[in-house]
Amino acid sequence: MTKEEIIRPENLVYEKPRLMNDNYMHYCPGCSHGVVHKLVAEVIDEMGMTEKTIGISPVGCAVFAYKYIDIDWQEAAHGRAPALATACKRLWPDRLVFTYQGDGDLACIGTGETIHALNRGEHITIIFINNAIYGMTGGQMAPTTLVGQKTATCPYGRDPEIHGWPLRMTEIAAQLEGTSYVTRQSVHTVAAIRKAKAAIRKAFENSMNGKGSNLVEIVSTCSSGWKLSPEKANQWMEEHMFDYYKMGDLKDV
Amino acid sequence: MAKIKGEIVVDVNRCKGCNLCVVACPTKTIALTRGEVNHRGYAYCHDVGGACIGCAACATICPDGCISVYKVKLSD
Repeated sequence: MTKEEIIRPENLVYEKPRLMNDNYMHYCPGCSHGVVHKLVAEVIDEMGMTEKTIGISPVGCAVFAYKYIDIDWQEAAHGRAPALATACKRLWPDRLVFTYQGDGDLACIGTGETIHALNRGEHITIIFINNAIYGMTGGQMAPTTLVGQKTATCPYGRDPEIHGWPLRMTEIAAQLEGTSYVTRQSVHTVAAIRKAKAAIRKAFENSMNGKGSNLVEIVSTCSSGWKLSPEKANQWMEEHMFDYYKMGDLKDV
Repeated sequence: MAKIKGEIVVDVNRCKGCNLCVVACPTKTIALTRGEVNHRGYAYCHDVGGACIGCAACATICPDGCISVYKVKLSD
């Protein structure tokens, strides 16, 4: 069988999600953001919510998320995405509203908004990309940076005596009454990607069914910030991040 | 037993040469170019082995969505 006979629409197994447009993504090579964007686009398309979804893009590397997925978007001020999502969802209860935030946005400047939106049980989903560093601004220490991890602003490694301990936002969210589904996933292997997709789907469905707020943390890599190749960054994540940030569902009501 | 034959189509100019697909491929079918670059200056992935089984691991893991995968079952 020739190549031309195989490459036909009826034999297609996988292609770029329909909702992702042809804009080149500005992310660094191998960045986990791209994979999560694909998952979000696939889930929205599969749920048939293309015309009824509002994404809230953050400040951080994913600030241009609205350029890549063809749904309605709102750009929030730094850390304020959950507050904006609250407004969108309360005014338009039939819309699927989600925020897409990094760890600098969600766990640092936006901690208050995040915790209160989750605690109020707003029917939204927060997708939280945790790569333990400030990627966009040049690799500074984030609240989620691991103990001993070297960054631009802690070149000798994070020292809890000086910098405090890494913040586990997902564990905090799991304690709140308002949350319905709180999970931590990653996207470094095909199996992990499939699980993460199922988690995002469940969170979106919960928020549409009025079950409460949902948090999906994706432990991610930042190969540029960590100064590793994408492949080595995945290995580093498996060796170091997974010890502190444990995979799995923390709360499922 | 039915044999499975796959093919990949790479959107060359979308590729950033991150190498994640090369690591994910179970049949070592995909590799990065050496010396040749796309119009953004990255080495890009392409089919080298012809042993593709259409598992779509490369396309699933690709952060930029540059790979489409096709698969047929050969009955003989």
